[in-house]
This record gives sequence, C-alpha cells and structure tokens, in this order.
Amino acid sequence: PWRPPSRHAAFSGSTTSPDLRHPGLKKRDELEDMLEERRRSSDARHALRCYAPAVYKGLAPREVSALRGAVLQSDALQHVIGQVSRRELVQEEAAHLLDEMAHRLRLGTVRFFAYVLSKVFKTLFRSVRVNEEGVQRLQQAIQDHPVVLLPSHRSYMDFLMMSYILYTYDLALPVIAAGMDFMSMKVVGEMLRMSGAFFIRRSFGGDKLYWAVFSEYVKTMLRTGYAPIEFFLEGTRSRTGKSLTPKTGLLNIVMEPFFKGEVFDIHLVPVSISYDRILEESLYARELLGVPKPKETTSGLLKARQILREDYGVMHVYFGHPVSVRSLAQGRVKRSQYNLVPRHIPQRPCLAAQALVGEAAFRLVRLQEQAMVLRPWTLVATLLLQNPDGMDLPVLEEQAAWLRRLALSFGAFLDWPDCKPCREVVGAGLALHKNLARVSGGRVRLAVAETPGVGQTAEELAFDRAVGVLSCASYRNQILHVFIRPALLSVALRTANSSRKDEVYTCFNFLWTVFSNEFILCPGASVQDFEEACYLLGKCCAVQESQQDIVMSEGGHATLAFLRALLDPFLQGYQVVCQYLCKETEENLRENKFVPAARNFALQLILAGTLKCYEALSSDLQKNALAALVQLEAVTKVKVGDQVTLKVNRRAASSLEDMLGTF
Amino acid sequence: MASNTDISERQRIAARRLRVVAGHLQKCVQGEGAGVSAQACKTETPRSSPAKATSVPKRRQDIMKWNGWGYSDSRFLFNKKGQGEFTGKRYRLSGMILPSLKDWFEATFGTSLQHKTPATPTLNVSAVPPPNLVEPFVEELKVAGVAASHDPEGRVFRSHGHCLHEIFALREGRIGRVPDLVVWPNCHNDVVKIVELACKYNVCLMPYGGGTSVSSALECPLEETRSVVSLDTSQMNRILWIDEKNLTVHVEAGIIGQDLERQLNESGYCTGHEPDSMEFSSLGGWVATRASGMKKNIYGNIEDLVVHIKMVTPRGVIEKSCQGPRMSTGPDIHHFIMGSEGTLGVVTEVTMKIRPLPEYQKYGSIVFPNFQQGVSCLREVARQRCAPASIRLMDNEQFQFGHALKPQVSSIFTSFLDGLKKFYITKFKGFEPHHLCVATLLFEGDREKVLQHEKQVYDIAAKFGGLAAGEDNGQRGYMLTFVIAYLRDLGMDYYVIGESFETSVPWDRVLDLCRNVKERIVRECKERGVQFPPFSTCRVTQTYDAGACVYFYFAFNYRGLADPLHVYERVEHEAREEILANGGSLSHHHGVGKLRKEWMREAVSTVGLGMLQSVKEYVDPNNIFGNRNLL
Repeated sequence: PWRPPSRHAAFSGSTTSPDLRHPGLKKRDELEDMLEERRRSSDARHALRCYAPAVYKGLAPREVSALRGAVLQSDALQHVIGQVSRRELVQEEAAHLLDEMAHRLRLGTVRFFAYVLSKVFKTLFRSVRVNEEGVQRLQQAIQDHPVVLLPSHRSYMDFLMMSYILYTYDLALPVIAAGMDFMSMKVVGEMLRMSGAFFIRRSFGGDKLYWAVFSEYVKTMLRTGYAPIEFFLEGTRSRTGKSLTPKTGLLNIVMEPFFKGEVFDIHLVPVSISYDRILEESLYARELLGVPKPKETTSGLLKARQILREDYGVMHVYFGHPVSVRSLAQGRVKRSQYNLVPRHIPQRPCLAAQALVGEAAFRLVRLQEQAMVLRPWTLVATLLLQNPDGMDLPVLEEQAAWLRRLALSFGAFLDWPDCKPCREVVGAGLALHKNLARVSGGRVRLAVAETPGVGQTAEELAFDRAVGVLSCASYRNQILHVFIRPALLSVALRTANSSRKDEVYTCFNFLWTVFSNEFILCPGASVQDFEEACYLLGKCCAVQESQQDIVMSEGGHATLAFLRALLDPFLQGYQVVCQYLCKETEENLRENKFVPAARNFALQLILAGTLKCYEALSSDLQKNALAALVQLEAVTKVKVGDQVTLKVNRRAASSLEDMLGTF
Repeated sequence: MASNTDISERQRIAARRLRVVAGHLQKCVQGEGAGVSAQACKTETPRSSPAKATSVPKRRQDIMKWNGWGYSDSRFLFNKKGQGEFTGKRYRLSGMILPSLKDWFEATFGTSLQHKTPATPTLNVSAVPPPNLVEPFVEELKVAGVAASHDPEGRVFRSHGHCLHEIFALREGRIGRVPDLVVWPNCHNDVVKIVELACKYNVCLMPYGGGTSVSSALECPLEETRSVVSLDTSQMNRILWIDEKNLTVHVEAGIIGQDLERQLNESGYCTGHEPDSMEFSSLGGWVATRASGMKKNIYGNIEDLVVHIKMVTPRGVIEKSCQGPRMSTGPDIHHFIMGSEGTLGVVTEVTMKIRPLPEYQKYGSIVFPNFQQGVSCLREVARQRCAPASIRLMDNEQFQFGHALKPQVSSIFTSFLDGLKKFYITKFKGFEPHHLCVATLLFEGDREKVLQHEKQVYDIAAKFGGLAAGEDNGQRGYMLTFVIAYLRDLGMDYYVIGESFETSVPWDRVLDLCRNVKERIVRECKERGVQFPPFSTCRVTQTYDAGACVYFYFAFNYRGLADPLHVYERVEHEAREEILANGGSLSHHHGVGKLRKEWMREAVSTVGLGMLQSVKEYVDPNNIFGNRNLL
C-alpha cells in the first residue's frame, strides 16, 4: 500500500553529513548510455512517440494562457502594481514584461527538437551516459512534490540535453530560466521558448515590477506543480571548468512557497553534467583572455556547424538524490513568522531563511561537484600542467596511475575503466585531446608553440600559449574540488610555524578565506573543511595526526608536493593581482578597467620572463582575487554615480602579497 | 396602557407558540418518510420526561462506559456475519446493519477482523490506589451535608477525559493517578462551602462537568501530592428561571447540553448551542473551555451567548452586578472566566440568551468536484454573510467514510436510485470519485425564509460547480459527528487508534493548511514505522468573516508497533506544529488543557502568559484549583 519509498538525501543543517565528510564511501549509481537506443531505432519515431509523463499528484491542469492570467491577476502582483503607480498603465506593462519572459511550451516544437537533437547528439558524442536510477528517483519526486532541477552549467548543450533526456525518459518537461541573450537569436530564441525556456533579464536589481512579475511567474508554476523548474545555480556557464559561486536569487524564490506553507515540500534535484570535451573549449580560454564573447546569433550558430565534425567523446549526466526543502528547513526556519502578514505582500526573508538558502546553494553545488563524472584525461591534464617542459610517456602513465589511486582515495567519481591497462587509458585521453597535448618522440607536452610563427609578435605568442594552458587548465579544474581541501592543508602545513594543529589551522583558515571565491567552500565551514582535509590526508598516509599536532609522514612527500603544486598557479596569480594593485598609480581605478589593466600587468611580467604562470592572465582568477581583496578589506568599492571605483589600501594589499609569497 | 401592552405581548407569544406547534405538526406530516429533524441524530429521550429529569446519575458508570465513549448500551460491533452494527435504541442508527462498514474499515486501515484487541472487560478495583483523604475535610463536608464518595469506580471514572491515551490505558486496565474523593454539590452555596473547606485544609479541587475533555484537562497532575477532590457538578442541573421579556435563562452550570435544550424546548425555546458533545458536556464546561456550537452562525458561540456568570473562587465569588447586554467597564471579566479551564474556580450559575424554537429546519448537501471548489464556495458564503445555521465541508476521505455508515437499504428501488445518483454525478457531471467532496447544511428559521435562504446558498454553490445532493446526505454528515466517538472504540477493538483535533485559520490559508497537515500526518506515520497509510482527513466545520474552523480526523493501524501510543502522540504533536507553522491557531474550541500547554507562550506571547499567570496568582494563590491546565 505504501508507494515504494522515495529516499531523500536531505543533509542535516549545520554539520556536514557523513556523506560529505567521507565522500569516498559514497555509493554511486550505474550509468547507462541513452544514445544506444537512438542508434538502433528511428529518430522520427522517437520524436513522434506517445509522450505521457507522470505529473505532480496535486497538479491543477492548466493551459499556458491560463497560467498567464493566474500570474497577472495574482494578489502578489496586483499588490506591487498597486504600489508602483497608476494601475492601468502598470498592468499593461506587467503583461508586456510577462509576455517577454514567458515560455510557450509546445509539444510540436519539443518533438522537432527531439528529432534534430537525436541526430546532433549522435554525431557529437560517442555516448551520453545517464544514471537511470536517478531518473527513476526523479520520476517519483515529480509526482510527490514540486521539483526544481539544478544542473551544473558548463556548456550551451546543458539545457538542451536536460530537456532531451527528460523527454526520452518520459518525464515532465521542465521550464527553464534562461538569460535574455538567447532571445536575440531570432528563430532559435522563439524555438527555445516553445521548448520550455523562459527569459530573464541579467540584471533588474531595482525594478520592483519586473521582480514581482518574474518571481510570481516562477512561483505560480511551482505551486501548481505545472512543470519542474530548471535553472542554473551558478548563474552562467563556468568558463574555467570549476563550479562558480552560486547565486541565491532564484533559489530564494523557489524556496519561498515552502516557507509560506503554500506547498508541503519542494524537491531540489542537483544534476551533474560533465563532458569529455567541452564544445566551447577554446572559446572559453579566449574569453578568459579578454576576447569578447561572441553574441548569440542564429547565423553564429549555423557557422558553428563545423563543431559537428569533431569527436567530443562521452557525456555524463548524473541525477542526484532529491533534496527536500522541508528537511533542510527543519528546526531552522520558523514558518510561523509569515502568519501575521498576508502572504502576497513581499516580505524580506528572515536572517535564518537567508542563511539557509545561502548554505543550501553551496551544498547543492557541492553535491553537483561530487557527482560529476571525472575522466582520466583530467588527471593527465593536471600532470602536464605541473610539468610544462613535458614528460616521458612512461613516467606520465606511472604518475597518472598514482594520481588515480590518490583521487579515488579522496572519493573522486573517476570513470577509469578497470579492465584496461593504464597505457591505453592515458593514450585514449591524449588522442581525444590531441589539440591540447602532443606526443612526440615518447615525450608528452602541452601543445603550445615554442617559437613565434611567421609575423607573430611576442605578445601574440604569449596569448597563444595562454590559450593552450587555460584550455588544459579547464580540465584540471574539473578535478580540483576533490583535492582542494587537502591542498590547502598541504600548503598550510609547510608554512605554519609549528606542527601544532591550531597554528596549522590558522594558516589553513587564511588560505581558505583568500580562496573562498575561487573554489566552492561553504561559508562558515572552514573547521569542517579542515577536519575533512586532515582525515583525507591521514587516510592516504601523507600526514600523521596526534591530539595536538599534525605532521607530514615519512612517505607523504610526493602527495603533499603534488597538492601544493596544484594551488601554485592560484597563489602566483593572486600575488600578481596584489602587486598590480600596489603599483597602480591611478587614484580612482574604475572597476571595469581593472581586469584589462591587471591582465596587461601580468602579460608584461610574462614577456619580461619574470612570470611563468600563464593562468595569471585569466580574468576569472583576477575577478576572484579582487573579490577576495574586497572581502579582506584591502580594496573598497566606491560607487559614484554609475561608476564603481576601487580604492586600494596599498599597505594591506602589499602585506597580503607578502603573505601569499610565503606559501 | 400597561395592561394593553401586556395583552398584546401575550397575544404575540400565543401566536408564536401556535406557529411553533404548527411547525412541528407540519414537520411530522412531511417528515413521515424522510424523518428529517435536527434532534433525530442525537439521543432520543421520550418527550414526556418530567422537567427535572436527571439524565446524569451520581453513579455515571451505571449507564455509561467506564473505558469508552458514551452509553453502555450503544456501541458498534461487527456481527458474526462480519457486518457492522450499532447496538441500543438511543440513536437513529441504533439497531441498524451497516453493510459497507467492514469493507471500508478493512480497506482504509489494512486491518482484518481476525486480529482483535479487546479491552479489559471490567475494572480491576484492586488496581485503584487507595484514597489519600484529609479526614477533617471529609468530616466537615458531611456536616455541611455535601454528598461525597471514595468509591474506586467513581474515582476512576473521573480521572480522565476522552483523549486517546486516556481511553487506551483504561482499555488495557492501566490506572494512573485518580482523584481521592468525589463530591456532588447540589447548589451554588454547596460549592461555596466546598471551596472554603478546600482552602482551609489545602485540598486540591478539580471541577468535573461532563467529562468529555480531549485536552488531558481532567488528568490528575502526577506531581500533585495533596488530596485531590473531584468536584462533580452534575447535580446542579436546574433551570432556575426563564425571562421571556429579555429572552434569557438562568441555569445551574452542571446541566448537560441535551437536558438544557430539551427542557427549554418544552417552553418553546432553545439556546441553540449545540457542540458535538452536547449529549454529555455541561454548561459549566462550555464556559470553562470557550465552547463552540454547530449552529453558531445563528446563535453564536458560548462567549456570544453568555450574559452573566457566577463563579466561586478561593478569593470569593466573582460576578457582574447587572445583566446589561454590553458594557464598557474595562476588560470583560467574563473573559478571565471563559477558557480558564478550571484553574480559577467553579462556574456555578450562568445566565444565557435563549431564542424561540425555530419553526422549520431543513438539512441539505452539496457535492463539489473537489475540495478547493468547496472551500471557495464556503468562503463566498461567508463573504456574503449568508451562512446557514450550520455549513460543513467534508473532504473526499470523509465523504467516503460517511458512505460507509449508510444503513442497509430496504428496497431495490432505493439502491437503484443511489446508483443512478452516483452515475449522474460521476459520469454525467464528470466528477472524479476520488476528488469530489460534500458540504452538509442545516437551515433553520421560518419556512419561507429557510427556502429562500436555501436557494441563495445553492445559487452560490452552483458558481463553484456545486450540485445539490439531497437532505439525506446532509443529515448523515451530522450523524457522523455524534457517532464518531463510538466508532473510535470499534477501531480500538481491531488495532486502530485515532483522534480528532481542530484549529481555526484565516481563509486564504485554509487549503494550504489542510493539505499540509494531512500530508504531515501521512509522512510522520511513515517515518515512525506505521505499516499502512493512516486515515488522515479533514473538514471545514465553521465559517467566520475572517477565517474558518478546520477539524481533522486521524487514525491508523498500529499492528507491528512496539509503542503505538508514543507514535500516536508524536504524530499528533507534529501535526500541531504543522498547524501552527501554517497560520492555524492552537485551538478553536477544544481548549489547551495539559495536552497543548507547551505552545501557550508561543500562542499568546510571554507578556500575555504573564497576564494570565498574575490573574491566577491573585485569585488562587495556593493553587487550590490545581488541575494545572493552560498555564
């Protein structure tokens, strides 16, 4: 009589759950290739097949047009409209905003996409592997409660693939929050809209009406169980392969119906999407180096057809356990605080709710990270970056095998075929990424130019090299989340004045704070992270822990050296940013000038031969460094009119630089 | 002049009486077949009983169950053929066969009639702790002529209300702390004497009215070391006077609901206060718990009905000096008394409003395609302030529950008609059988107005997809409330335990609260190892301008649970948390007692609680009224 139990991976409030503490113990689902079926049977029939997904049990059936009316007439929106000013005009504007935003999901378009994407995906990918247990969990979750899908975001392919998978497995199609930039793609924008995308402006901070229309639209769909809501916690595609610090705006909106008792529960489902090769690989590297992002245009998309000719290997999609918002909020948020004001009146969430949402966002991104399938190539790329002069193939293979063991003992979700010899596995990675790594004469090295080509300036050469390094780094970055905590500890261990735990922790905590924008480190969790790092390094016998002390063990040298080297580019990059800020003479540095100027500064150092670290050129690193400096109050942002300028506290910046230099 | 007025007054009264009588006659004529009458649901006592009929004897256990609900002669059982049956002669359902009860029961709870959990048949008197008596107190009572007894059966009878855990323990033969003595005052002055003596000898007094509490209010506090005396008000049950000019009645507070109504009816009046427990609950109890009646839309709740209250406290007697209909004399002292739950004193006499008996009554029912539409309809009815005497909306589960209590139909024609109705609603009108729900209605007043009113309500209902579904369905809905407590005893014979609880909530949160609380119950049961999904259902039982009263039933099959009571209590606790989180109140009319004390501070704020505490400290500094409810 009970339905099969749907398991909730609800993680406890303030303390890290055992799953997070010891990720190595985590049991993961099997992955199946979903394209296999597509290669055997007709795509047309697939596109036209009967599609009857299971829906939310409390669903009040509703047409797209009725949804529009429900949003426009909602008490919440009417309340804000009444506040903004003359009702009729504003009502019209609200309707306009909603039309600009709203999706127009049509099954016909979905079928069209199902057909085209079947073709495209089969060409691009050798296989698309999905954990079907996760799909089943999701199907149950969709029937039980409103569902929010939270995929990681590395490529434009992400949301197309999500909808495609859900369609293929006969699951309710999601409505997807997409950036407005897509809308400018004429036909494609409209088609995306008809396949469930809705468009939001990138920034609308002060616009009350826009906010009201937007949040009511999302909440109405959620409350009625109209469709799963899908959005990207990271807000945008990560250009670096690392997860981005989550944005909490939309998460706040989708959790509010629970706080206000409008739904019994909401399930948040993290989805980890990983690629052997990212389609936008070199594009991202160029963007990081300041080449503007190409505007999304339909003709641009058509030009991108050449992409279809290349091999992108395997794609992995892992549907995580649904996280119950109710369990998250248990004992942390008093829902009765909403009892005294009508619920349609916007209310600032209480501090506890804000804290909860922020924490949940980080943890969800971590769940994404942990279920991200890592390919052997990420290990190879890591090793190659640490050895810019190249490595002998046998050495590389040996080290890769060593690194594999280390990664596995740290709980990495590594997809390394057990049956194949190491040589084959490494070879396959090198073959797929031949544009990034070159094998010649038994030696492997990054595929970067040695000497300037004909008519190439030194700057252009440096730029080319940087593209290669950053592209390669985007693969290494995928695995950083596995190593980051032990790596911070390794650096702290070397720098700390003694081996006393509290001193090591002080160092660790400093680094942890500096890099809290660079990596996914949950706010306030530095102690847990420290403990986790100690546990992991102890587990792989790199350190020995006693009551008071923590020391490197005899055989721990190689592990610790490797981990320190992992952080090296970031330490150097941050130092360069500090140096730049100390040397920058302009009193009122405009914020939008910061990145180009910092890049130029780093480039000069590289050209002068004093800096070898090409990653210091990455705008992502520079922005993160700036954010850290602001957080540490070495830089203050001052808003004058529309301009934001940076005020540098040179003493603080230079002492920070010195500090980083000691690591 | 004066005599003129007198004459016209008399004429008016005579005319009205005539109307009332005519109304009754009419009802009899047309009621032959349908048998529709408000009283029909409750106990039917012969009309000819003398005015001073004591329906509650001192030895209550002679006519009432010691370990279950209500009269000893009335109970549900499954007969040898496995058919449901209700014994006795008191109720409309009495002696009837209920053919669909078994299937519903087994399907809803996943039980089998093979698995029984019978109650201990008789009270083991030797298990009752010996009384802790204060001899001089007992002596002086005797001198004062107040009846008293320390008979174990009587003490056990007064040691509990009707919470699940209380009845469950009795059925297993477990006896906890019981009062040491029972006293039966006959009048206000007796109470004054008893309270005086209690203060003199530092004896703990616990007022006892109808014993229908569902808030652990009657449980003797475990930490109480003094002699505990149960003050049974049942013998203070006279109507002292009726004032036809002001339409008030002055009554001793021990009278129970059905006696009060019956006696007033004989004079052509009623109070109109009909809580579901009115067969057993007492006027004093209503005042002490802020009771609410089914027909409050016409007559009001107890706080609207009360004109004057007399209460005996350790500090003396509290009462107002006049019977003015409204006063601006500071905070209304009646509001210290109403809801005080026996912590301040004993209510001895009450002046209440009365109304002429309505000449016409009519039941009705409306089927809605789903609960949401039903709630919208009730909200609209409340908005237009045209609620009938009673309007209640049952959810789908409860609707099916009601159907399980349909007696055997005598003719093929009736069953054919039933089938036809079902076909019309589900097939023709497209109502989903697992979503539809039903509202039950009771109209009262003069015939023409009732019919007009009825039309108005049905017109509103039609706007929300509601279909009139006949008087019979309506009446069965109300019957359910009188037999539900008997049904719980049946459940407990077969591994099923359950309880009802209530709240009040603003209109805009009604649906969310109902859904979330029901789901919370289901989830908590699952998480605590209950093997079969619980019966978790609700109905909206009262409408107000700004909100509604919602009533939940919740029951489950406890086979396989090591500690079913603990599971039950946790689930009820979580359900209450869910209610509070969704903007519901701590209680609409059951009161706080000891069961819901833990939430009082949250419910009324620290300052509010402090105010109540300071009143208690002034009125009863030595905690003579030591039942420890509320605060």
